[in-house]
Amino acid sequence: MELQAVLMAAGGGSRMPDLTYNTPKPMLPVGNKPLMWHPLNLLERVGFEEVIVITTKEVQKMMSTDPKMKDVKMKLDVVCIQEDGDMGTADALRHIQQKIKTDVLVVSCDLITDVALHEVVDLFRAHNATLAMLMSKAHDFTETVPGQKGKKKTGEQRDFVGVDQSGKRLLFMANEADLEDGLSIRKSIMRKHPRMHIKTGLVDAHLYCLKKAVVDFLADNKSISSIRGELLPYLVRKQFSKTTNCPKSKDDADDQTQKTADGSTNSTELLICSRDEPLLQLAQERSCWNDHRGDMSEAYHGGKLRCYVHIMDQGLCYRVNTLAAYIEANRLASKLLEEPAVHPSAVISERCQMGPDSIIGAQCQVADKTSIKRSTIGNSTTVKEKVKVTNSIIMHGVTIEEGCNIHGCVICSNAVIGRGADLKYCLVGNGQQIEAEAERTNEVIVGTDQLMEI
Amino acid sequence: MAESGVTDGLCNTDDIERSKTEGKELTKEEKQRLRKEKKQQKKNKEKNDEKTSHEGEKKKNKKKKEEQPAGSASQPPAQPSPKAVPAPAPPPPAAAAVPVPASEAPAPADKPAKSKADLKAERASKGKKGDVGQPAPTGKLKAPPSELQPVVKRLPEHVQVDNPEVVKKLAKKLERQQIPLRSDYGYKVSLFSHLHQYSRKAPLTQQLGIPSTVIHPAIVRLGLQYSQGIVAGSNARSVALLHAFQQVIRDYTTPPNEELSRDLVNKLKPYISFLNQCRPLSASMGNAIKYIKKEISNIPSQCKEEEAKIKLLNCIERYINEKIVLAAKAIAKYSIEKISDGDVILVYGCSSLVNHILCEAFEKKRKFRVIVVDSRPRLEGREALRRLVQKGISCTYVLISAVSYILPEVSKVFLGAHALLANGYVMSRVGTSQIALVAKAFNVPVLVCCETYKFCERVQTDSFVSNELDDPDDLIVTRKGKTQLEHWQKVPSLGLLNLVYDVTPPDFVDLVITDLGMIPCTSVPVVLRVKNVDQ
Repeated sequence: MELQAVLMAAGGGSRMPDLTYNTPKPMLPVGNKPLMWHPLNLLERVGFEEVIVITTKEVQKMMSTDPKMKDVKMKLDVVCIQEDGDMGTADALRHIQQKIKTDVLVVSCDLITDVALHEVVDLFRAHNATLAMLMSKAHDFTETVPGQKGKKKTGEQRDFVGVDQSGKRLLFMANEADLEDGLSIRKSIMRKHPRMHIKTGLVDAHLYCLKKAVVDFLADNKSISSIRGELLPYLVRKQFSKTTNCPKSKDDADDQTQKTADGSTNSTELLICSRDEPLLQLAQERSCWNDHRGDMSEAYHGGKLRCYVHIMDQGLCYRVNTLAAYIEANRLASKLLEEPAVHPSAVISERCQMGPDSIIGAQCQVADKTSIKRSTIGNSTTVKEKVKVTNSIIMHGVTIEEGCNIHGCVICSNAVIGRGADLKYCLVGNGQQIEAEAERTNEVIVGTDQLMEI
Repeated sequence: MAESGVTDGLCNTDDIERSKTEGKELTKEEKQRLRKEKKQQKKNKEKNDEKTSHEGEKKKNKKKKEEQPAGSASQPPAQPSPKAVPAPAPPPPAAAAVPVPASEAPAPADKPAKSKADLKAERASKGKKGDVGQPAPTGKLKAPPSELQPVVKRLPEHVQVDNPEVVKKLAKKLERQQIPLRSDYGYKVSLFSHLHQYSRKAPLTQQLGIPSTVIHPAIVRLGLQYSQGIVAGSNARSVALLHAFQQVIRDYTTPPNEELSRDLVNKLKPYISFLNQCRPLSASMGNAIKYIKKEISNIPSQCKEEEAKIKLLNCIERYINEKIVLAAKAIAKYSIEKISDGDVILVYGCSSLVNHILCEAFEKKRKFRVIVVDSRPRLEGREALRRLVQKGISCTYVLISAVSYILPEVSKVFLGAHALLANGYVMSRVGTSQIALVAKAFNVPVLVCCETYKFCERVQTDSFVSNELDDPDDLIVTRKGKTQLEHWQKVPSLGLLNLVYDVTPPDFVDLVITDLGMIPCTSVPVVLRVKNVDQ
């Protein structure tokens, strides 16, 4: 077997508390399908037959009842972890180390993309890389986010990503938070790769191909808890550290002494640096190919640990971990899905004006003289007469009474909007009831118990 | 037989008498017919005698079993004997012709001089493992061509891309093996439109599922490395191929009711098709595959799976060790005799063997300097330059356009080879024949270094019939931000040609240094014959 897929669906959605109060993030509807359905669909389309899903018990329960999840034909091996325990992604990977028999493809549940996955995996295969990841140029979110006051991006930290001239080899990765005085680059990197492009406007898609040795390394190094935050920078740094560039003359005896001297960390480091078999070495020596030119070193500078990145410049790639991303993803979900926009079981009266960008879920009831444009309407929602819904996301089981005007809103499940209400850029939480003739603009309407959570 | 002749003669004389009575014109024809028939009977008689004498010598073979009853049956009946003898003759050559094209995939395309019967005789003799030798071919030579089945000349698929039937057949074969078909890219120059031309930006993995189940992951990785050029060079490709096969063998388990010797060979076939789609196989790879297949089929059926696997892995290790590593050492030893102090050696491109030789010579304290000639678009000379300078050899670097300028300084030319063909031609990187030609004009000796496992039974006299077309987009270069050829596809009369190989005639090559010794170019068929007999 070449690759095993692991879907990380235990995240809490800490950056959008209003939405995830009642529904866990993996089950939030995007385009009327649960959020985790999208990466699973990507894996299924590409050809995976089995996926290991790491999630919480709550999500597992919801998964088993959701009809859309039954569309997934792959075999899902669900592993439950405690939701209150602070388990990072790397901890989760360590938890399932016994199940991992070969190289892994780690995907996050909030990734919605149409990338050609073979581009990432080809880098992993062709260069015998330890890590291959996917990144995308960040698109600005143009939609107004409900409840947002003032300019955004106060707390957003930039990621600095350094790639080599070909744009494929990952040389440097750091987050602004870790750089206190400035961005410092080691001389060893500059000597080997004198030309480096540093990019800041990239979104990490959280899709990683990792060698099996890395998972074994994680099992030994219990201090690493997050893949993105700790493991990745560590691997990228390790490419250029002295111990991994083990020259051929160094035999195992030396490695043994190092092991005992420095303790367990050194042995685990050596595990990662993929010891190429002698025949592969011979083939590389005889091959007249080099990945760089201008200096006297062989291909890959003799380094055994290599990290690669595929940067998408076209196509969709979203990580739905903020409200803005959620809205944007819903907007574009209709483009991603192959199913018809209007579910066959929805009852839509003829005098309803529906725009082409809208998605109507199952068992909806849409009455006359309504206008639905660029919106997503969830399952079992009732929309009464003379309602105007534009640019909004309406989740399941919502009732919208007559004469409402809903613009740019996110209305969570089981909410009731009273008649004649005029909502602009609002976020209505779960099960909330908006009174009739209400006029709200740019507000987050949630229950009082939710406010207590902080 | 004599009786039959007499009886036939009698019949014929009757006819002749009849014709004599009927008219004078017929007698000439009748006489000719008589003459022909007599000749035929003589030939059949000789052939029959030879057949019966050789049947004891020949090894056990199914075809021979057919012959034996036919041969023995041909003895008693007088009349049907001339017909019975040609009858077993067509099935054995036909049966021989079938496995021979399969084993000798690149059949000679340009051999119009040899007659059909000669070719058939050659194939029949090769099919029977060269045991019969001279007499059988001559026996078959004398068999009348009209009674034999037509010779099936099969051109390899990869030089018939402009023939839609062949392409369809290939597509069907790949579909059966569940391998995706790689589509050709771009406008092909008309002289080379019979060859495949692929784009590097459209890898074959696009059409494969991601955890590849049909094809072993090691083979997928190898195919990617071939198509992206990460593993390039004849030796490197063969070593990487054998390494991948080692992994395949390690992960292989015999399905129930199957024999390892037969099933493993069938398992390898789709992998080889896949690799062929990624990049056409080289001659050295072809020989390596032949060796592996032979080793696998020679595994005795009572051998346990684990033992068989270990045996095969050891075979592969031994092959690489003998044919590549030790051969390189032997060639280096011979070549060092040819390098004297004060030499100026010219090398072309990046040949792993030539680099090895020069590094060895330098370590043995020979004083020489090297001129590295390079050519676009691959610019492999830079890699050769790096390796030589790293050792401390003083080098000069020129492009191939300057070769006639620097040749007066050169004392020897060392060239590597991709394959050595059976008629003594050297197939190597495009530009090699140019270097050899200019060197000949300047009377500079040209030495080709080549291991014996790259010797190929193919015959080629020009670089057009069988070649490889690389990605035409490699020729596009961006200077000062401008890419002139960016939209070359939109210009209808413009074609980009990126050839990979060319053939150098043996007149330009003075010596071939192999692990068997230093031989002239024309002795390649001898080596091939010796090799075949050994095996």
